[in-house]
Formats: sequence, C-alpha cells, structure tokens
Amino acid sequence: MTIPLGHYLILAGVIFSIGLAGALTRKNAIIVLIAIELMFNAAILNLIAFWHYKQYAALTGQMFAVFAIGIAAAESAIGLALVIAIYRQSKTVDVDEIRSLKG
Amino acid sequence: MNSTGIPILSWITFAPLIGAALVACAGKNSDRGVKVVAMAASLVSLALTLIVWHRFEPSAGLNFEERFDWIPFLNVQYRLGVDGLNVTMLLLTAIISPLAMLASWKQDRDPKLFFFLFLLLETGMFGVFTALNFFHWFIFWELGLIPMFFLIKIWGAEDRTYASFKFFIYTLAGSIGILLAMSFLFLATKTFDFIELRQLATDKQLLPAIAAMLERVNLPINPANFVSLLFWGTFLGLAIKVPIWPFHTWLPDAHTQAPTGGSMVLAAILLKMGVYGLLRIVLPIFPEQVTANINILLALSVASIVFGAFAALAQTDFKRLVAYSSVNHMGYATLGIFVTAAVTGPDSFNDKSAALNGAMLQMFNHGISAAALFFMVGVVYERTHTRNLAEYGGLRKIMPIYAGILGISMFSSLGLPGLNGFIGEFMVFKGAFPIALFWTSISTIGLVITGVFLLSMMQKVCFEKLNPKWKDLADMSGREIFIGAILLFFMFWLGVCPGVLINASNTAVTGLIHLFGK
Amino acid sequence: MEHLEHLAKQQWLIPALPLLAAAIQSLLPRSQRKLSAGLCLFAMGAACVIAVRAFLATLGHHGEGHEEVRAVANFTWFEYGTTTLAMGFILDPLTAGMAAMVTFVGFFIFLNATGYMHDDENFARFFCFLSLFAAAMLGLVVSNNLLMLFMCWELVGLCSYLLIGFWFHKPSAAAACKKAFITTRIGDVGFFLGILMLYWKTGTLNLYDGGNGALEQAGGLATVAGWWGLSAATTIAVLLFIGAMGKSAQFPLHVWLPDAMEGPTPVSALIHAATMVAAGVFMVGRMFALFAAGGTPEHPTFAMDMVLWVGCFTALFSASIAVAQFDIKRVLAYSTCSQLGLMMMSLGAGGYSAGQFHLLTHAFFKALLFLGSGCVIIGTHHEQDMRKMGGLKKYMPITFWCYLAGMLALSGVPPFAGFFSKDEVLLETFHRSKIAWGMATFAAFLTAFYMTRQMYMVFAGKWRGGDHGHGKTAGHGHGHGHHEPHEVPWNMWVPIAVLSVFAVFLGFAGTPLIGGNLFHHYLAPGEHADTEGAGLVMGISVAIGALGIFLGYLVYGRKPMQHADEPDPLAKMGGLFTALNRKWYVDEFYEATIIRLTMATGTFFRMFDKLVVDGILHGIVALTRAISQVFRWIGDELLINGGFDAGCEGVRASGGLLSKFQSGRVQNYFAFLGVGTILLLAAYFFISIQ
Repeated sequence: MTIPLGHYLILAGVIFSIGLAGALTRKNAIIVLIAIELMFNAAILNLIAFWHYKQYAALTGQMFAVFAIGIAAAESAIGLALVIAIYRQSKTVDVDEIRSLKG
Repeated sequence: MNSTGIPILSWITFAPLIGAALVACAGKNSDRGVKVVAMAASLVSLALTLIVWHRFEPSAGLNFEERFDWIPFLNVQYRLGVDGLNVTMLLLTAIISPLAMLASWKQDRDPKLFFFLFLLLETGMFGVFTALNFFHWFIFWELGLIPMFFLIKIWGAEDRTYASFKFFIYTLAGSIGILLAMSFLFLATKTFDFIELRQLATDKQLLPAIAAMLERVNLPINPANFVSLLFWGTFLGLAIKVPIWPFHTWLPDAHTQAPTGGSMVLAAILLKMGVYGLLRIVLPIFPEQVTANINILLALSVASIVFGAFAALAQTDFKRLVAYSSVNHMGYATLGIFVTAAVTGPDSFNDKSAALNGAMLQMFNHGISAAALFFMVGVVYERTHTRNLAEYGGLRKIMPIYAGILGISMFSSLGLPGLNGFIGEFMVFKGAFPIALFWTSISTIGLVITGVFLLSMMQKVCFEKLNPKWKDLADMSGREIFIGAILLFFMFWLGVCPGVLINASNTAVTGLIHLFGK
Repeated sequence: MEHLEHLAKQQWLIPALPLLAAAIQSLLPRSQRKLSAGLCLFAMGAACVIAVRAFLATLGHHGEGHEEVRAVANFTWFEYGTTTLAMGFILDPLTAGMAAMVTFVGFFIFLNATGYMHDDENFARFFCFLSLFAAAMLGLVVSNNLLMLFMCWELVGLCSYLLIGFWFHKPSAAAACKKAFITTRIGDVGFFLGILMLYWKTGTLNLYDGGNGALEQAGGLATVAGWWGLSAATTIAVLLFIGAMGKSAQFPLHVWLPDAMEGPTPVSALIHAATMVAAGVFMVGRMFALFAAGGTPEHPTFAMDMVLWVGCFTALFSASIAVAQFDIKRVLAYSTCSQLGLMMMSLGAGGYSAGQFHLLTHAFFKALLFLGSGCVIIGTHHEQDMRKMGGLKKYMPITFWCYLAGMLALSGVPPFAGFFSKDEVLLETFHRSKIAWGMATFAAFLTAFYMTRQMYMVFAGKWRGGDHGHGKTAGHGHGHGHHEPHEVPWNMWVPIAVLSVFAVFLGFAGTPLIGGNLFHHYLAPGEHADTEGAGLVMGISVAIGALGIFLGYLVYGRKPMQHADEPDPLAKMGGLFTALNRKWYVDEFYEATIIRLTMATGTFFRMFDKLVVDGILHGIVALTRAISQVFRWIGDELLINGGFDAGCEGVRASGGLLSKFQSGRVQNYFAFLGVGTILLLAAYFFISIQ
C-alpha cells in the first residue's frame, strides 16, 4: 500500500507549525535554533515528498534536499557560534534580553 | 620611419607613472627607497629619450609613431610621435626632471608623496610633448597641473596657498578655452588628431566644415568669426601657460612659492608646454587667424620682453626676479613664432626659418638656464631661508663655487655669446628684424634691461661686503655641484654647437613656414 | 698668397691657445698660483709667436703691387632653413698688426701682473680671467665675421666685467663692473641692430668671402635706402658705431671707463688702455668700407662725420677732465678716452691708417704708462692719490725713466712714438675740417699739460705720503720704514722697460720722414697719403706740445707741492676746476635722468602687475565669488538646502516611526515574518481566485 502525498504534506505542516511556535515563543536561543531546524526539516520533507510523487525521474528534488540539509547544517553551526559569542558577551542566551538590534 | 619594435614613446611617457605606482606602494620608512625608485624611473625615461634622440631622423617626418584606436565611437586614436617640434622638448624634459628630483633629494617632509607627485608630473609633461591627439593630449595637459598644485600647496613657501590656487585656477580657466575650441573642431571635423586637423587647415577644409557644423546646430554665426573665436580661445589657454603678457602674473607667484625642484620644472618645462602648444596647435590649425592678428600677437610678445624685463628690475625678491626673467625670455620665443605668420615675400623664407629655429633654441636654452637659476636660488635659500636680495651680499667670498655657477647661469640667461642663451636670441632677432622691424627694434630695450637686472642681482648676492650673518655658510655640496655641472655643460655645449638642436628642428620648422605661403 | 691662405687657416690657433689655457686654469685649485700664471704666459707667448709669424708673412707680401693682402678661412657654423650661418678667420695687415700688438703687449702686461697681483689670494683666478680675455680679444681680432666679432666683443666685455670687479668685496668695484658692462651693452644694442641689418641686407655676415662678403657688397649697400633718410650702408655704419662708442668709451657712453680703474692696474693697462677699448676703433677700421661707402673725400657720409665729431668732441672733453683729476689712474683713464677720441676722429676724417697707427703706438705707450702707474702704486703701498706721492724719482728711478718715455710719447714730443702717430691724425683731420683740427690740437695741448702735471706731482718734489702725514718721511730719508716707497721687482719693471723701447722707437714705422710712411703702405696700399700742409701741422703740434709742457712746468714744476692737503694751483679757477674735477657732472646727470627713469619704469611695471593686472584678476575672482555668494544664498541656502533639509526631516521622522518596529527582539521579527508570509499567501490566493 502506498501512503498518499497528502499525509506527507500534513506531517510536514505539523512539524513546521511546531517549529514556528517554538521559534516564536521560547526564550532560550538554543531552543529557538532547534525550532528553526525543525522548520527546515519540514520544508525538506515537502521537497522529498513532491519529488517522489511528481518528478521521480529527475534528480532535482533529491539534489535540492541534499543541498538544503547541507545549508541547514552550516546555518546551525553559524547560529550556535553566534549564540556562544553572544553568551560570552552578555552571559545570557535569553533572546528577550538580547536587544542590541533595537533601532 | 625608424621603429624600435617597442612602443618607445609610451614607455618614456609611462615609465614615471610606473615609478609613481611603485612609490605609492612603498612602506612608511622607506624614504630613501622612494627617492631611488623615483630617480630610477626618471632615468629610464632619460635613457629611452636619448635613444629616441640618437635615432631621430629629422627628414622622416613623424618618428616612432604609435597609433591605434582607443575610443572608436569618438574617433579617438591613441597617437604618439616625435618630429622636429617636440623632440627637443622631449629631451629637455628628460634632462631636467631627474635634475629637479636630485635638487629635491633633501626633501624630508613626506618624501613619498612628494616624489609620487613629481613622477606624476613627469608623465604629464612627457605626455603633452608626445601626444598627437587632442584627447589624451588634454588629459596629460591637465595631469601636469594637479601635481604641481599640490607641490606648491604642500611644500611651498609662506604664500603657498594663494600662489597655488592662482596657478591652478588661472591655468585651468585657460584650458577651458582650449577644450571648448577643440570640442567644436571635433564637432565639425570628427577628429581630434593634430596632424589631421593640420592637414584639413592646410587644405582649407576647416572653414567649410565649421560652416556645415554651424548649419547643423542652427547657430546663426558667421563661420569665419567663429573660427576666430576658437583661435582666441585656444590662444588664451596657451598664452596663460607660456605666459604671454598680461596673463603672466600667476608665474612670479607660483615660481616664488614653489619648492626648488618644482620651480625648476615649472620654469624649464611647464612654460614650454604653452609655447609648444602654439607650434603644434595654433600655427598649423589657425594659420589665417594668426596672420590676421599678427600685430596684436607681436605687440604682446614685445610687451612680455620689455615689461617683463622692467618688472624684474624692480624686484627685491631673488626668486621673483628670476621668475620675471622667464616672462622676458619667453617673449623672445613667442616673437620668433608669431613672426612666422607675417605676410611677406618669398625671399623671407630664411628669415622666418631663422626666427622659428631661434624660438625652438630659445625654448630649450631657457629651459636650461632658468632651471639653473632657480636651482641656484634654491641652494642659497636652503642655507639662508631668505630670498630678499638686500639681505645677501659678498657670498662670493665664502661660496666661490656657488658664485661661479651662478655667474655662468646668469650670463647664460643674459644672452652672453659662447653660452647657450645668445644664439637663440640672435636667431629670433635675425629672423624677426626684417619682417617686424618696429617690434624687433623696440624689444632690444629688453636686451639692455635684462643685463641691468641680472647684473644687479649678481651684485647684490655675490659682490660687495659679506653680510656677517652668513659668514659660516657652506659652499655647494657635491650633489649640488653635480647638478650645476650638468646644466653648465649644456650651456657651454649649446653655446658652441647650436647646430645640434637646429638640425633636429629645421625640417619641421620649415614645414610650418610653408603653411604661410612660400 | 698661398702661404697666406695657409696661415689664415691657422689663425684660429691664436685665440684657441689662451682659451685652452683659460679652460685648464678654471679647473685648477686656488693654490696652483705658479702653474696658473705660467700657463697664461705660455699661451700668450705661443700665440704671440704665431701672430708675429703671420704678421711677418703679411709684411713679406707688402710691396707686391697694389693688390690687397688678404686671406680668409671660412667655415660653416650651422645650417638653418635652406642656408647656413658661416663664420671665418682672416689674415690681413689690420688683423696681423693688431694681433701681434695684442699678444706682444699682453705678454708683458701678464708678466707685470705676476708682480702686481703677487699678494692676492685669488691670484690663480686672476690669470684665468686674463687668459679668457686674451682669447676673446684675439678672437675679435682674427674674426672674418661680424657675428663672431660681436660674440668676442661681448666676451671681452665679460672679462672686463670680471676683472674690474675682481676685488668684488669693494662696493665701488662691484658698482664699477656693473656700470661698465651695462654702459657698453647699451652701445652693443646699436651694434646688434647693425649686425641684423647687415645680415638682412647682404645675406651674410662674413666680411670677405670671395666677392660675396658683406664688406665687398658695401658699394651696393650705399645705393639702398636705410633708415632716417640715410643709405643702408650708412645706417648700418651708424648703428655699428654706436657699439664702438660704448666699447671705446666715446662721449656720451664714456662714463664707465674711469670707473673701470677700480680693477687691478694690469687690467687697466691691458683692457682699458691697450686692447679692449681699442676694439671699437679696430671695429670701425675693420668695417671702414661700410662707413666710407657712398661718400667722397669732399662729401663724406653721415657715418664718417659722426665718427669724426664724436671722436673730436670726446678727445677734447676727456682731456679737459683729465687736467683736474688727482687719482693717478683716473688721469690716465681720461687720457685714454681722449686718445681713443683722436683715433676715431682720424678714422672719421678718412685717415684709416693714421687712426690704426695711433691705436698701435698708443697701445704701447699707454700700456707703459698704466703699468708704470701700477709700479708706482705698488712702490707706494697701494697709494693712488697723486697728492700723497711726490719725489718718487729718487726711490724708483727705473720706473721714472720708463714713465718719462711714456709721458713724452703721449705728449707728442718728437721723436717719440706718439708724436708721429698723433701728427698723422692731426694732419688727416686738418685736411677734412679745420675746426676739428683746432679742437684736437687743443686737446693735444691739454694732454701735454696734464701729463706734465702728473709727472711733477708724482716724481718731483718730496715724498708726501707716509705714516703720519707729511714731513716725517723727509726727515727719516733712508729709514726703510714700512711706508717708504721702493723700487719694484724685476718682473714688474722689465715689461715697462721693454714697452718704453717701443714708446721711443715705434713712431718711425709710420713717419713720413723715412721711406714715405711704411705703415701707411702696409695697411692701405695703393692709397697715397696727402701730405699737403704736413709741415705746418707738424710745426704747430710740436709748438703746442712744448707749450703744454712748459705751462705744466710753470704751474707745477717751479714750486712743487709741499703737502698732501695743499689745494691744486689750478683750483684758483674756481667753479671751472670743480666742474672738471667732477667730470662735467655727467655721472650726476645720468643718475638724475636715465638711471632714475629706468628704475622708475621698473617700479611702474612692478606696481602695474601688482595693482592693475593682478587687480583685474582679483576683480574677476571677487566678481565670481560675489556671484557664487548670490547663488549660495538664493539658490543653495534657501531653495536647495531648505528643500533638502525639509526632506531630510521627513525621512528622519519616518525613520523614527519605523524604528519602533525594531524592538531588538528576534522573535518579534520572526512574528512579522510569519504574519507577512501569511498576508502574502492570502493575497496570492485572493488574486488567483479572482
């Protein structure tokens, strides 16, 4: 039996929503980062799903997904580095207290 | 045609620029290195120029021509070449520039910037003398201006700001006239090329082209009047640079305030750019206008000679006096040039060629002797920090070598036979006398007054009682004597063998004269 | 003639040798005194040998008939246009005689100078200048080209400048050398214009060139119109003569010569008596064909008349001044002016050979007198005021006898050299104009008078110099005090002794008494001297010379001066004597007119530049600035800046509003992002449904 495309999309939507909620509400910067990773993964899941059901012959979808994973890894590495740097500076990872971007 | 296989004129022009780039890259504490690099770059130009001079073939027209399209849609070609009109100037530039650098060797205030600007200036000067296309000629013309402005502004004497701005703005204002005139000529003829423009003027096609252009743009002006306007615009720009009386007052200020090396280059070469412009642009492209206005032009030349000499007589500032002598001497050159345009019979061909050859000689000779005089002023200024003639006195007692070199330079400037100054003046007078009897006779007043002010200068500086303030002054150093000796060598050599220069210029000069009827 | 051609090709050697010496000397260090003087003497001696050889060669040709003895060697200096500028050397009697005289007299003057300049620290430099002078002077003499002649002419002027100003630390010397150069240069402008005109009219500056030379075309030039209604030849001649007036110190350009006595005395002897000042006379003689062209003995050209009258006036004028001078050298200087005037006068009267002959004899005896005065100056420890001399005959016998020979020659006492040459001059003038002759004869009388005055003041009576004024030295006759006059060393008296031999005997070369004037035949073959009235003129000039000497004896000899501060016996004449002593106030006149005018003109043009030219310039600048101020206030400040500032305010305000959104909280941004995305999606759907 095959799982229809819609299920994948719903799953992805759920994961995305969880990620979004996390990113918007949590105070710990590391959690925020993890939440963003979740949203990434939701998007990647969508890509793979669409590839599998719509464009199986082409490699584009897979390629795209691999790239996205790579970029997500890099992004999280930079994000973590930034968090560490910020921590060194202000001794906190609470995003509410990091206001230096205020205009 | 004598090609060397390499674009030798470009190398001459841009070697100083390369040097300037190297100087700009130099580190903070490499003053000595900067000087060496700068000197090396200008010696490269000198060596190449000597090759050009050696291989130069006067009868071959344009030598070492380089020509390729640069901006096709404007029909701008990068075109270089030497003929009899500019080969001597090229030589003069190549000789004076390293000497001026050597004269500034002790420049300790920001030498990096100083020598950078100096090399830039040298490129500008070489560029003006080698360029045959107005487009890049003008770029070089302005390029010569900017470094000189900074040289005066930064390293000048007490009134440097006034002098540098006066120099810069005055000259710039003049070059607008040239730019406008050449732009209109381009609109009319679609070429910026000096040689092509000259050909058009010779074939009498310039006026129709101008008329057509005016037609096209719906300007209701008489074409002949319009060409006259272009002529005056060009003339004004060049006259300021020469300078021709009454456009000369920037010169005493700029010369007096500039640092020694700057004054040398300014007097020896920058003024010649103006005269060269008259030979390269005004005479070939506007022959009829020159002829039509010859009396005004001759009168201005004579005014430069006589008034310049008289004004020099009343100066109390050593350097200012020498500066005014430049006005006076350039007057002889312009007299020789404008006389060429006079309407005369066919038998005055040799008179005209004497006058024009004399003007060429005068340009070179003035370059040598003015550089020497400014250098000598600099030598004593460095030691005494005054330029007031009344404060010197009796320097010959403690500085015999200085007095000797100053004396010879002074007599060279005065036009003593046996030294270089004489023969140029003689040839100009020889040529001008039968053609413009009245003006030439008047300008002989200048000969006497030149003697008076130069000898008075000598008397005040070197003769009479030694001012006790200066009793410990050192005579010239080895470096300074070397510079003086080189300049002296040219004074003696050209005084005895002026034929060397005349051989080079004669063919080109003859060609110019043919523009004004046989 | 072939031999002559050959020699003409070697003429360049005569100036070249001293020139080479000068070049070497100029590089020698100051301490090489002997070498410098030796080089100078050697070069002059060698040049003398060559010159004398050439002179003998021309002598050898003399008598071969009436053809002119002349050989030239021309060469091209450089080419221009389609023509060339040629130059050349010449060998003819005029050149040969002059070159021999210059080298010969010059050699002995140099020798004398080694003594005179013995104590000078710039001894080596002095001889360098002397060599250079010799080169230039000889170049002038051997030149077959007017331009080359002019160039050397200027160079002798340069050397004169350098040598007059040799003691440059003396303000008077520094002023004198400048005055000399400038005064002669004023004349040179005339010369220069003459050259230009000659070049224009003849197309060459070579004097002789196988028929094409400038002088060979003189006849043609006489038919061409020049300026001022004169013929071209005469115009050129007049212009050239202006140059000669400057160089030969003819009135009104004579003022520099007396001041030139500031130079060392050998220089005065060489340059300002024997050679350079005579260059003007030489040049007029050289260009004589041009001066005479178009005229006849009855109706001479204006140029000839000008030469005659300028010379005549100068002769009398300067002689009168010489009477009242106290400086031993100034007396001689004015005497030189006067004698040069006589030479010019002779040329102007058509007496070409007489003028040149007087030039030669004068060179010898005037050089003798100057060197003699130099000996006196050295012997009296640099005393030049004749009032402080006296009685030198006792201390300096050799100098006295030589000086006496020179004085007699100058005064025109037969049979000394000056007598014959002056007599020739007077005779020529007598034929031309009785008035000029009368003036010149009076000048000759004055000459005899002032020379006698000088002799008595210097050599007769008792020594008036000394430590503490007068009186002391008389009592301590042989005390060999430091200020006692003494005889000069051999290298100083030998030259004057040699020259005095010539001063005594040279006149016989040009006397009509023996062989019908050898010199005249040598210099101007084919022309017969007009000897009419010779006896009368000669008689009168002997009488007048004797009268002058006698009067001099009456006034100064009978009762020699006793004290240095005694007034001159002639001072009784009052104002006239003062006027003579002050040189007729010519210097004062020039000072008040020409010099002041020149300086004022200079100041005028300086101020003109400063006020008018720069004023206009600054006016333009000010105008530009004013206009730009207007634009600044109306255009920039009000409109553009105002508008711009208002716009900026708006931007700043809206920026402030927007910055409210910049809370600095990352999650707010996220929220905006999310809301924005949703809004965009909504809009997308809304549009796509439509």
